[in-house]
Amino acid sequence: MSSPLLSLFRREARIARSIGGGGAMGVVFFLILVSLTPFAIGPDLNLLSRIGPAILWIAALLATLLGLDRLFQADADDGSLDLFMMTSTPLELVVLVKCAAHWTLTALPLVAAAPLLGLMLGLEPEAQAGVAASLLAGTPALTLLGAIGAALTAGMRRGGLLMAVLILPLTTPVLIFGVSTAAAASGGTVPFHTPFLILCALSLATIAGAPFAAAAALRAREG
Amino acid sequence: MLQQTEGLHLSARSLRIERGGRAIVTDVSFELASGEALLVLGRNGAGKSTLLRALAGFLPLRGGEMVFTGGNAPLSERAHYVGHADGLKSALTALENLQFWASMLGAAGKFTHGKLSPQQALEKVGLARVGDFPVGYLSAGQKRRVALARLFVAARPVWILDEPATALDVGSQERFAQAMIEHRASGGMILAATHAPLGLLDAKELRLDKELRLDAVASTAGAC
Repeated sequence: MSSPLLSLFRREARIARSIGGGGAMGVVFFLILVSLTPFAIGPDLNLLSRIGPAILWIAALLATLLGLDRLFQADADDGSLDLFMMTSTPLELVVLVKCAAHWTLTALPLVAAAPLLGLMLGLEPEAQAGVAASLLAGTPALTLLGAIGAALTAGMRRGGLLMAVLILPLTTPVLIFGVSTAAAASGGTVPFHTPFLILCALSLATIAGAPFAAAAALRAREG
Repeated sequence: MLQQTEGLHLSARSLRIERGGRAIVTDVSFELASGEALLVLGRNGAGKSTLLRALAGFLPLRGGEMVFTGGNAPLSERAHYVGHADGLKSALTALENLQFWASMLGAAGKFTHGKLSPQQALEKVGLARVGDFPVGYLSAGQKRRVALARLFVAARPVWILDEPATALDVGSQERFAQAMIEHRASGGMILAATHAPLGLLDAKELRLDKELRLDAVASTAGAC
């Protein structure tokens, strides 16, 4: 990795960790969402452990999208985005590195927290491992799909809600295969690797494609 | 290193730039060589910023052509742009901001004449003391000076400046005028939009308000 991209990654990390950067908010939001659900459903441990992977996945989906609206908005507001276009680094790579930094700082803590929260939902150890593995494989796709929405709404006031409306339908395949991966880990008729490999494929496809879509949206922001 | 700046030439012929489907800049032509400066003048809304943003590569040209000779990189990778937004992160210190832009913008890197370290650049704009201070705590004029310090941390021969002297005090304006003279003396090129005098001597002038463009376009659009 060349040094401009490395310094971009470090800058993103430092901003996310600073006050108001929102780095830790995603995992706190995840924690609250998952602990609220049992109150709504009631103390039926069998039911909770059956729908636990789904609860964790929906909470992870919302927590990932929560911080993404600021991914390009902040840079558009302070003029950094203009300057990114003047670097010799392709804008696609800038997008990819910003997504990588965002994923490391918001989605990776979710993956680490998911087994612990799974315990609260009465998940079996295999199911906990399955949820963590499926989140690890699936969250890159969520981040990169969200980046397309963030790029499309970068110039707008209150673009965050519009971004969620645009992007949530596109995350359906990731959600389906994420939950079925987690369910396959704790038994069932489907072998674990079948949905898991599809989930990996979804992430790889978005890593390959989404930076181009997001960069094109950022270039077309004006004019 | 110096000879790389000598052969710079920028020529624009009958440029046309649109925003939101409206022609803001039409039929603008100019020629600029190494060491020369272009002052873009005009009242509010005449299209000064639009023209500079298009030259920097943020907006597409809808007509005319722009030819930049001097190295094999396009103009946007050989130019600095200082606009209304400072491009600074308020959570980071002035020094961290400059270090970041030095590494991002300096990537084109072969042209190193006149490049300063972030600390030296801050000294040049008179902000050596606040280098380790988060930018969010700085005043508007100090932020602008940090943004101008970006011109020195990555050496690029063309400076595109949109109202660079906004919020600067008299001393800083003089210091910046001196820096622009040095930049031109070393073969650089400056394109600036301004209302206040910048201290650019014998600069070419480009007036954008020969007619009331926005109104003229609005009336033709209504006729269609």
